[in-house]
Amino acid sequence: MKKRSVRVIPMFGLSMGVTLAMLSVIVLIPLASLVVFTAQMSFSDIIETLTRERVLASFRVSFGTAFLASAINAVMGVILAWVLVRYDFPGKRILDGMIELPFALPTAVAGIALTSLTADKGLVGSFFARFGIKIAYTKIGITVALVFIGIPFVVRAVQPVLEKLDPSFEEAAGVMGASRSRIFRQVIFPELAPAVFTGFGLAFGRCLGEYGSVVFIAGNKPFETEITPLIIMSELQEYDYSSATAIALVMLITAFLILFLVNLIQARNTKILGR
Amino acid sequence: MKKNILSIALASAISASVILTGCGSKEVPDTANADKITLTNVSYDPTRELYTSYNEIFAAHWKELKGQDVEIIQSHGGSGKQALEVANGLEADVVTLALEYDVKAVQDAGLIEDGWVNEFDKESAPYTSTIVFLVRKGNPKNILDWGDLVNDGVGVITPNPKTSGGARWNYLAAWAYADKLYGGDEAQTKEFIKKLYQNVLVLDSGARGATTTFVENGQGDVLLAWENEAYLSIKDYPDDYEIITPSISILAQPSVAVVDEVVDKRGTREAATEYLNYLYSDEAQRIAGDNYYRPSNPDILAEYANTFDLDVNLVTISDFGGWDEAQAKHFADGGVFDEIYEK
Amino acid sequence: MHKDTVGSKIVKWLLIGISVLFVFLMLVLPLITVITEALRSGWEIYLEAITDKYTVKAIQLTLFATICAVIFNTIFGLFAAWTLTKFRFKGKKLLTTLIDVPVTVSPIIVGLIFVLTFGRQSLLYPVLQELNIQVVFAVPGIVLATVFVTFPFISRELIPVLEAQGTDEEEAAALMGANGLTIFTKVTFPHIKWAFLYGVVLCTARAMGEFGAVSVLSGHLRGKTNTLPLHVEILFNEFRYVPAFAVSSILVMMAVIILIVRSVVEYIGKRNSEDVR
Repeated sequence: MKKRSVRVIPMFGLSMGVTLAMLSVIVLIPLASLVVFTAQMSFSDIIETLTRERVLASFRVSFGTAFLASAINAVMGVILAWVLVRYDFPGKRILDGMIELPFALPTAVAGIALTSLTADKGLVGSFFARFGIKIAYTKIGITVALVFIGIPFVVRAVQPVLEKLDPSFEEAAGVMGASRSRIFRQVIFPELAPAVFTGFGLAFGRCLGEYGSVVFIAGNKPFETEITPLIIMSELQEYDYSSATAIALVMLITAFLILFLVNLIQARNTKILGR
Repeated sequence: MKKNILSIALASAISASVILTGCGSKEVPDTANADKITLTNVSYDPTRELYTSYNEIFAAHWKELKGQDVEIIQSHGGSGKQALEVANGLEADVVTLALEYDVKAVQDAGLIEDGWVNEFDKESAPYTSTIVFLVRKGNPKNILDWGDLVNDGVGVITPNPKTSGGARWNYLAAWAYADKLYGGDEAQTKEFIKKLYQNVLVLDSGARGATTTFVENGQGDVLLAWENEAYLSIKDYPDDYEIITPSISILAQPSVAVVDEVVDKRGTREAATEYLNYLYSDEAQRIAGDNYYRPSNPDILAEYANTFDLDVNLVTISDFGGWDEAQAKHFADGGVFDEIYEK
Repeated sequence: MHKDTVGSKIVKWLLIGISVLFVFLMLVLPLITVITEALRSGWEIYLEAITDKYTVKAIQLTLFATICAVIFNTIFGLFAAWTLTKFRFKGKKLLTTLIDVPVTVSPIIVGLIFVLTFGRQSLLYPVLQELNIQVVFAVPGIVLATVFVTFPFISRELIPVLEAQGTDEEEAAALMGANGLTIFTKVTFPHIKWAFLYGVVLCTARAMGEFGAVSVLSGHLRGKTNTLPLHVEILFNEFRYVPAFAVSSILVMMAVIILIVRSVVEYIGKRNSEDVR
């Protein structure tokens, strides 16, 4: 990018104004009301709410399962993107088209379908039940639902980068006698890493807040399978607005930090690649 | 630069106002039309079938009375959540919730005037219910009373008392049993409740969710359920389940009230009041009975003596010092329910 | 491209196998479950369920909210992408992040913040009452929630394309005296046409399926504020499993159609951009 002090292209004011106005009405003002509401609590009350045993346990469940699910998605996302970009095989277009399904399918429907599949009576659940593994109503069930929700993020972040990556590098490395795993570790992965991280971050953020599908499959037992959004829900049902908003604010700040980090990495990556 | 800022501000102001007016102009209240009125009844989960039938006879009754058509819009969900939504601006003409405490929450938000409990007969509870056990056919785990629920290997399904009105009745009924068993020794009672909830496999957020978990997904050995929910499951799957009535249970009084602020604004007070009043008519009481609610009119209740176990020993909420006290002691943050889950 | 050694072939089919298995287990199987459950009691019951009065009303409301979200986000997406890629200003990174925030905000929190902003507890409420505007637990609230969750979908698709394209062409046009609108329609839009369509498709897909946020804001008024996903929940709670899955299958079919449209758009878009080269 060249440095320029004068803006030549017109409509800066108009487009900036419209952008800010829409952003404010839809996103910023409502979010601000959350902050204002929480600010009415004293600091020690907020800390007291957040360090309640049950709330802490729900943080552990939410962060743990979201992390695990996003990690699974990071691995599977790279494999899927690789398969979709590098190989040709029958049905590839269909496979490609399926990836966005979790965006389009309502989370409640996904939750209900996954629960009926993985309960001990269900198709998949009865198979695992033979080995004494329960899926629905355990943390495994939560993770399954979150993997479902997070599939598109990593695939769609990695795919374009992989498409741009010139296979001739790898071939050169291959000719020079590097092993496949070494090529992947040393040539391909460093290029992909920022994209994987971006996808991971977005999936993690999304999974952390997921509610619709998880409540059906989770079992919702305090200290075991109770996720943070459910705690917020139950605080609301007790008319305890301040607790609900305090917990919500923590989730919100986490989401914001994740996104900011992702954007930083993306920006650095753009610079390095010189795209 | 100044010009830029000015134009940003201008564009912001214009588009913001376009968005706001765009949002607003869609909803035009429909008050002028006098030959048809609508009422919104915000209720809790297990009353769906009851009000589907009742709304029909009420519409006929109102037409006869006033020559006016009435359409009733139903909303169902967990009782606490429903109360909260009304308190937050969901325009309900009447609320018919699972317990007095939830209606009280709407009152505390300033929507219902004090004294609503005595506005209608029987403390504004036109039908009552109780808590029973639903077990799988043949009762393989031999569950006959509350005491059997704490045995090892018994899987219990009940919703979360923090989010479900019905679940609070479940919890209090169990408490009443243990309280009697241990002669009021609170430490032992708590231990009993703790053991009971350790046997809970899935803690759904609402009564309906718990029934689905038990019936459709086959979890657990016993479901603590509203009597009417249990009978509905038996009706749908007569060969799969049995109802066990425990030795002691609780008289669950679902409360109804007119939402004063809304009916005054919409001019629907007369219809809303009649809607709740008519619940006490013989016809409506029988509809309640047909839907496995216990009619509050003793004569009609006697007609259903074959359906309900009328001998069960029922405690009431006043045995717990009323809802405010029960809520504060058991279900509020840091209350007994939180305590039993802490390790 | 690749040397087809036996080893790389094994790796290739192994990876394809893993991918297909994963997609089958995680995505296809739930879909099959929905469809088979929906047809469990035969076609007649299925047709009855999807032509039910309340189902039809729910479809209408879902479509209305989706269309609103697409229109709104199109306008926003175009302006935001233009602002963020054609100009340099302070706080750009912050603005980008703020636009992305809705993707990671928990749906429950989305519902909560709108209730706090427009509900009975809010300072705005008396004003809204005065104007006779009901936002929460009414259609506007549902539209707002839908717009919120799909907020960045279109701008996110446009920004990378516009960034890659740079500002030279627009500057040249501006120096030749073209006004903003002309520059946009003649110079910029042809470049982003396909990315834009892709964004619209994604936005539509996500808008139709939103559950959590809408669920908090709707009040579940039957036939009035019930979208399709909420109607599924209601039927499910009425123990009417077959109709619940039948209505779900409508959503599944809509999703599949949208994904097909998406593939076609992408395919044509790719072919076109190759033609240009």
